[in-house]
Amino acid sequence: MSKRRPYVRPMAGWWRKNPFFVEYMIHEGTALFVAAYALILLTGLVYLSRGEAAWNVWLEGLKNPWYIAFHWLTLAAMCYHTYTWFKIMPRTMPPVVVGGKRLPDFAITGSGLAVAATASLAMLGLVWGMAR
Amino acid sequence: MKRTLKRSNAPIFWALFGAGGMLSALLGPILVFITGLAVPLAMLLPADTMSYANMLAFAQNIIGKGFIFAIISLFLWHAAHRIFHSLHDIGIHAGIVAKLICYGGAMVATLITAYTLLAIGF
Amino acid sequence: MSENQRIIEIEVLRYNPETDKEPSKQVFEVPFTDDMSVLQGVQYIKDYLDGSLSFRWSCRMAICGSCGMMINGEPSLSCETFLRDYYPARVRVEALAHFPIEKDLVINMEGFIEKLESIQPYIIPKEERTLAQGEYLQTPAQLASYEQFSSCINCMLCYAACPQFGLNSEFIGPAAMALLHRYNIDSRDGGKGERMELVNSEEGVFNCTAVGYCSEVCPKHVDPANAVNQNKTNSAADYFMRFLTPKGGAK
Repeated sequence: MSKRRPYVRPMAGWWRKNPFFVEYMIHEGTALFVAAYALILLTGLVYLSRGEAAWNVWLEGLKNPWYIAFHWLTLAAMCYHTYTWFKIMPRTMPPVVVGGKRLPDFAITGSGLAVAATASLAMLGLVWGMAR
Repeated sequence: MKRTLKRSNAPIFWALFGAGGMLSALLGPILVFITGLAVPLAMLLPADTMSYANMLAFAQNIIGKGFIFAIISLFLWHAAHRIFHSLHDIGIHAGIVAKLICYGGAMVATLITAYTLLAIGF
Repeated sequence: MSENQRIIEIEVLRYNPETDKEPSKQVFEVPFTDDMSVLQGVQYIKDYLDGSLSFRWSCRMAICGSCGMMINGEPSLSCETFLRDYYPARVRVEALAHFPIEKDLVINMEGFIEKLESIQPYIIPKEERTLAQGEYLQTPAQLASYEQFSSCINCMLCYAACPQFGLNSEFIGPAAMALLHRYNIDSRDGGKGERMELVNSEEGVFNCTAVGYCSEVCPKHVDPANAVNQNKTNSAADYFMRFLTPKGGAK
């Protein structure tokens, strides 16, 4: 009879055992803020559909210090999501070859962040232009 | 000997996750800044930026409707996919139940968004 | 031994299937010199302190892929990891994570070998050629497109770095996917259709959550994460395109 008895180690708490995994869990965790923000917007949309008085209640609610604090936190989480999204990008896309040479990782990440910055400024400008 | 392989239906959720991830990476921070900070704190932008008249006009415009729909629904599909995988990561292998809660939630929110946008009219 | 010999503590996760219910730690005091690898430290234990310690090794020069271990929790080739970098602290050595332990530092790699076989890791010619027709030619650019992915030495460090494999051992995993990708993008190969079935399956690429640690630990800089994630795009295209093309896509 075989004396083999392979031992399978438990996985509990694996993500706490390596700094790389801790960072992974943090950037995955930004999803909670993305979800919360989308739900805040959805609530606003529903209030908007109920007329001016309802909308103003929602808009006034955003001035609550707790909401302000939460939005600062969400802003930080969103920025971290943006950074990590483009940081992983070189690993998730096909190689980009420019002039016979493979584009280095930092160029791909950098381009992504530059596009995000440009899109953000354009968005802000558009909103500013429409509101005036 | 070849195992029988079942095709995964993950591409649907993965594609929505990717679209929402890209959209929130590009516009998430600035949107949070505008709606959550600049307007309530009256910084940088005109005071009536998100007035009822402005927002109603935006939500009645076809492009505005599309934008609102894409932002809310894709953000939620992105988050749902990550949260579903994170539950698995931390040892909650709830399978079908977790799937129903995460993706079902995103689906319900998507339908509410669509319904509300239609109710607001054109 | 030279004058600058010092003593380092090596903590080894031991497991004897005949006597132990579960693995336990054992600490050895090992004299070492600056040029000694962790593998040499473990060999010292076997030669002078405890002959029952089991581990795999062969080439001692980071090419055979046999001596992978968790060293202070990181998947590493023990032959190219040096004791001096840990001294004066204790260095912890454990069998590669996520694999079943057979004994001490020896893991069961049967599942990995099956996965390697399942991806058909050989060229399935696009067009049959007779010997008289000569070899299958390839340009340097065509070689460059897959060369990186062909450097795998099957050391399994990427599997020990992949929590998704740890959580679901059915997942085809990083190294096998990198090799699969290597053949799929080879200009001489025509087997992509057959291999995509595995990529698309429930054991396939969508188990990956883009942690990316597999590519960090690869001693040969293969970037398996890139192979897996490029195939998510391929698989998604295959998934949606089959509705558009009458015969397109794998089953």
